[in-house]
Amino acid sequence: MEANPTGTRKPNVEASPSANDAAQANGPAKPDVLITEDLKFWYGKMRALSGISLNIPQHEVMAIIGPSGCGKSTYLRCLNRMNDLIPSARVEGRVIFDGENIYARNVDPVQMRRRIGMVFQKPNPFPKSIYDNVAYGPKVNGYRGSMDDLVEHSLRQAALWDEVKDDLKKSGLDLSGGQQQRLCIARALAVEPDVILMDEPCSALDPIATTRIEDLIRELRESYTIVIVTHNMQQAARVSDRTAFFMIDEQSSGSLVEVDETQRLFTTPSDQRTEDYITGRFG
Amino acid sequence: MPRQEYIQSLNELQDEILLVGSMVDKAIQRAVEALRTRDAATAQAVIDADDEIDARQIQLEEQVIDIMARQQPMASDLRQLVTALHVADEMERMGDYAEGIAKITLLMGEQAPIKPLIDIPRMADIAREMMRDSLDALMARDIEAASAVWQRDDEVDELYEQVYRELVTYMIEDPKKIERATYLIWVAHNLERIADRATNIAERVIFVSTGQIPTREEWWDKRLTERGNGAGGGSEDRIPPVGV
Repeated sequence: MEANPTGTRKPNVEASPSANDAAQANGPAKPDVLITEDLKFWYGKMRALSGISLNIPQHEVMAIIGPSGCGKSTYLRCLNRMNDLIPSARVEGRVIFDGENIYARNVDPVQMRRRIGMVFQKPNPFPKSIYDNVAYGPKVNGYRGSMDDLVEHSLRQAALWDEVKDDLKKSGLDLSGGQQQRLCIARALAVEPDVILMDEPCSALDPIATTRIEDLIRELRESYTIVIVTHNMQQAARVSDRTAFFMIDEQSSGSLVEVDETQRLFTTPSDQRTEDYITGRFG
Repeated sequence: MPRQEYIQSLNELQDEILLVGSMVDKAIQRAVEALRTRDAATAQAVIDADDEIDARQIQLEEQVIDIMARQQPMASDLRQLVTALHVADEMERMGDYAEGIAKITLLMGEQAPIKPLIDIPRMADIAREMMRDSLDALMARDIEAASAVWQRDDEVDELYEQVYRELVTYMIEDPKKIERATYLIWVAHNLERIADRATNIAERVIFVSTGQIPTREEWWDKRLTERGNGAGGGSEDRIPPVGV
């Protein structure tokens, strides 16, 4: 970040290069694993996202916050083409992952989703055993190593192993809500993704289960890049390294207002709209 | 507007800070007046009233903790609350310095004055103005006004140095005056510290407005640039090691 004479910060608004300025103040910048360039998205005639440019650095937790209907979940689902399944949907702009636009014609969305996994709001384990839930993805992908080891490793990473290791044949649906969500995280981890997208992963969980998932997110950051959409500002403040604030613009499209280090965004936001939202003055 | 109760509680906190500020202001004014007129009863009243300032500081802290625990304040609200804790602490210490001056008045008792008090009441007036101005700047989040408080600290430092030299001269000339002169140096020191505390509050205005906490060096650099010379130094460097 450039020094400026007033000592105030240059606002980080809607421009991906400046989005990462703040990080450079704290040691070397991490490489960006996902780069969104002027991403626009339509549901039929309704534009849901207006030109989002946002860089997501590797091995960090990026939280996306904003009032209902601001496009944060839509944006998240654009990051691994989950919106492809909606017939009227249309996308413009680019999402660069590993040097390649994931919307390019030659990209196989299934292969791409193996590297950019997703955890949903409601835990959705398959109606199968705990073991099979975790082994399913690797099996489909033709995993050739020891499946037992992979299942154990994934369940350990998801902080679920100790609770289920003696009963791996039990149905995933028989677990508690918090355990089911951790099983879904283990399932996502089993295919060894680079990025995990989480769409309000704790909104259906009680406070204790929420704490466990939050602890887990902090641990997973060491090995994965995580993007989490959350309604809960305190959760964003607790778990993320960086926070992006989305809002509806004048054309009723979701837009990025500000992205900054989480500590800064929650103590000294650059934009008055962020300030008003996080202090509860609106929204 | 949403969160009416929350916003109300933030406003009440500001009111409470101003109230404690006015109590401290009155304590300084009465302490120096009691010293000037050798009024033991008023000096004792200042000492007694300090308990109320101490109690209100604790109450302010409790109010801040309560708001933090219940409302999860963010952004400028969070900065305002953290600042309130600091400012409450600064004001409590200012109250202690006023109490210290009152105690010196009692110590001096019936001893004849070594000189009429001119510079000390002047220091007190400036220190009080600085405190009031720093609180006004805080309420208005006015960085310029906060910076002006910092400028005035020089005046107090210069007066303090002047008083110090003058009193040391009295001591050298007549060792019988050492005790009385030392008392007055303590008083001047306390007033100099009050002014410093006011500059601390001014510093917090920068934080509450911008989120930045300027270091002492940054402040000095700013002031030196504004004065256009390389001279200067913190009053901390010059104060004799005394405590009252």
